[in-house]
Amino acid sequence: MIDRNTEPRLNVPDRDLSSARMKVNRAAWAAKYYQRFDRNNVLLIAEAVAKAGYDRAAEFADWTVRETGFGVVEHKTLKNQLSTHNLLDFYRDMDLVTPRVDQEHKIIEIPKPAGVVFALAPATNPVSTIYYKAMLAVLSRNAIVISPHPLAKECSVEATRHLARAAEAAGAPAGLIQCVENPTVPLVQDIMSSDKIDVIMATGGDAMVRAAYSSGNPALGVGSGNAVAYVDPSAQVDAAARCLVDSKSFDNSVLCTNESVCLTLEENRGNVERALRTAGAYICNEADTDRLRDYLWNGENFNVAAVGKSAVWIAEKAGIRVSPSVKILVPVVATPGQDDLLFREKLCPVLTLTAAIDFQQAMTFAKHTAKRGAGHSAAFHGEDHTRLVAFSNEVPVYRVVVNAPCSQGAAGFATHLPPSFMIGTGFAGRSSIGENVGPQHLVHWTRIAFGRDVPADVNGIDLSATIAPVTNITSPMATHTRPSSSTSRDELRQLILEELRNLKEGEL
Amino acid sequence: MFNYGYFSFDSKEDLLEKAAEYWNPGKVSFWKGVGTPMVIDRREGYQLFDMSGKRLIDLHLNGGTYNFGHRHPELVEVLKSGLDYFDMGNHWFPSVARAAFAEKLVKTAPHMKYAIFGAGGAEAVEIAIKTARYATKRKKIVSIVNGYHGHSGLSVATGDERFSKIFLADRPDEFIKVPFNDADALEDVLKKGDVAGFIIETIPATAGFPMPINGYLKTCQDLCHKYGTKFISDEVQTGLMRTGVMWGWQGYDLTPDIFVCGKGLGGGLYPISACLVTEECGQWQVEDGAAHISTAGGSELGCLVGHHVIEMLQRPEVVSNIDFVAQFFATSMAEMMKRHSDLFVGVRQRGVVLGLEFDHPEGAVAVSRALYENGIWAIFSSLDKRVLQFKPGVVKDVELCQEIMDRFDSAMPRARQLLKSTRWAS
Ligand SMILES: Cc1ncc(COP(=O)(O)O)c(C=O)c1O
Repeated sequence: MIDRNTEPRLNVPDRDLSSARMKVNRAAWAAKYYQRFDRNNVLLIAEAVAKAGYDRAAEFADWTVRETGFGVVEHKTLKNQLSTHNLLDFYRDMDLVTPRVDQEHKIIEIPKPAGVVFALAPATNPVSTIYYKAMLAVLSRNAIVISPHPLAKECSVEATRHLARAAEAAGAPAGLIQCVENPTVPLVQDIMSSDKIDVIMATGGDAMVRAAYSSGNPALGVGSGNAVAYVDPSAQVDAAARCLVDSKSFDNSVLCTNESVCLTLEENRGNVERALRTAGAYICNEADTDRLRDYLWNGENFNVAAVGKSAVWIAEKAGIRVSPSVKILVPVVATPGQDDLLFREKLCPVLTLTAAIDFQQAMTFAKHTAKRGAGHSAAFHGEDHTRLVAFSNEVPVYRVVVNAPCSQGAAGFATHLPPSFMIGTGFAGRSSIGENVGPQHLVHWTRIAFGRDVPADVNGIDLSATIAPVTNITSPMATHTRPSSSTSRDELRQLILEELRNLKEGEL
Repeated sequence: MFNYGYFSFDSKEDLLEKAAEYWNPGKVSFWKGVGTPMVIDRREGYQLFDMSGKRLIDLHLNGGTYNFGHRHPELVEVLKSGLDYFDMGNHWFPSVARAAFAEKLVKTAPHMKYAIFGAGGAEAVEIAIKTARYATKRKKIVSIVNGYHGHSGLSVATGDERFSKIFLADRPDEFIKVPFNDADALEDVLKKGDVAGFIIETIPATAGFPMPINGYLKTCQDLCHKYGTKFISDEVQTGLMRTGVMWGWQGYDLTPDIFVCGKGLGGGLYPISACLVTEECGQWQVEDGAAHISTAGGSELGCLVGHHVIEMLQRPEVVSNIDFVAQFFATSMAEMMKRHSDLFVGVRQRGVVLGLEFDHPEGAVAVSRALYENGIWAIFSSLDKRVLQFKPGVVKDVELCQEIMDRFDSAMPRARQLLKSTRWAS
């Protein structure tokens, strides 16, 4: 029942939308100054942001799990940490600031950052995504406005503010890193289609990613995954099983790079089952498999309550008795058809096991399964490199992780791939980018090209004007002078509190 | 053909003729004379479109009336929603919008007690002067030479004689003027002990924003208190965050007894002004609440818009934007001055209040015209034509600000040329 007495009598403009638009304006100011920063100062700010993020990685991991109910604190801590110093170390030598000079081809390239990045952060990996995207923006000299998932907005807002404060303290312009406080679908759509943003970094549900691409603005979007892990008979099956269990239980499978289906050959199935069991998996019988399918899918729709929950928790809800030490659940679908719901993406520690009669059939199955997460990731366990190449060539994914956990491997934490929370799904996944997104994707370059036959000493050209020294002009703004002595103590306290509050808010 | 549905004009020329015939021939010919014959047609954001279709970026903002730009969508939404419920209201009665807005205003200045509403700046000044007289039981009002506080009965008497003598409204014995930035001159007048109030713009706008010298305003306020005079600050142009704080006096260690605001308070959409008074000064409201009355003063629609204007100005994003705009013009004007040092010789700035000085007695008139030709509307100070008033709005974005500077740069040669032609030499 609506209480007519408390409903507003007047229509009130959407304050959140208006403030989000102002944040974008503010970001544009910050970008204007930041894109002339030199490499030293950029690295200083990046260090400061990385350190700040690292320092509170565990606290935000805990906060995230409390707020969203997804994932595992310990693993989220690790993911948050990996998005700080490790990420910075990976990109430290990638210079996106200094112009490049190619004397031989008489070409000079001047970096031009995008400007204002509008970035979405999902509920499943909110803080790690924010850390990661903010680091990318800082390294590429862009300003970033983050729109968190509504389910994770509190930890996201605080994590963003925390990074923003660190950036500013290290000399970044105010407004370089900001967060929308109250995201809604219309708000996100409004900002995404605004001509004041320069690029969208979309991570999230497919609908959101498509909306980003339809916004009319340049977008880097990544779709959902549905990784197949193929375990060849040539694999060290125990090691492979450990990888699978590690990966699926890592943060309860909320990374979109997690394995969805474990595929092997009929001859090897017994081995795989045994090895998985030893590694901590619960192998479902037919009845348990049915129970799990029923619990996880309501018709066509995946049961979101299961996202990021533990195997034991899910088993209990599905009515399956498992030991409390079980790390993942393995339903078994004997033959690799395409129609079983259990072959779809599962952001929870449930790994469907199936077996093909031969490698040819396995490849066909892998190809079709991967289409549900097209352009994403797959894993290969084994020593047969001919099959590895055939698999990689056939399956429509842009990453094949070999003999390693796919969750961590495709995201660059257990392989030498770039560490990333944006796994480019490329043309196959209807995306503009097919690799792990890095800061280089937020910069374009102006190429100065001399005529082939024109003599030119490009090395001798002074390029210092591409960088502006950081100037500290005295602010033309008036500030509050001290309250006069006639103010009472109480008022004084009030004033000081007010000032502090403003200060805090001003640092958004 | 300019068909507005309710009325139509064949052309801009047609309009100018009718305006001169029925409305105000002097103003019509004045703007023609200075080379900026603007008739504002469409307006949006910080842009104006002349009837000719010419686009102009508004840096006059009518003294801060368009602080948020023209027809800011959020403020338009507020006013429209207000029209579904309120009208002007009835000034005799307590009202929700007035009470809420008064509270909002008073909270911005905790040492104040009441907010008394008018429809325009001059009316608020009127209230301020009456209040000072009530509180002191004295009659004399002191203002500064080249001060400007509006054109109504009492306010006009505080200003330049040009506007009072013509209507026989100058009252030299009651209204005394002292030079700006000269505290001794003020003391000489105050020490006779018969002055009710000293009124001053925190930064005198119409005089071209000369900056108060260090400690001047504070000394004036101390002197007022020493001699029992009320210190009135006119925040019509310096209020509403334009100097970096909500009210200009907050940046100068002042606690005025009375202050007035107007212009941008109504968001450029619905006229409203206010006079804020301390408890002591506002006692007349207790003694006789109807002593001052105004049908259009504090209309409820204006209160609703004003309430939202204050709320918007307090948002951290807006405060930060003002900072960026102010810094941008500080840096850009310093560069511009280097490029055109023969002509452009000084910048007076506090927040987004700027006065640009040109090295010629009519320099700003020429610059104003050159800017106009280059798509920028900024006006010279009518009391000091060396100085151009340059007033960016609080939510200007980086692109527009950059465009302004680019246009400014291309206008300078034209200004130089105009000043060389004999017409301008004085
Ligand atoms: C400082 C100052 N005070 C008062 C006024 C008078 O306001 P109004 O024109 O609304 O009566 C003005 C108008 O320009 C002003 O600039």
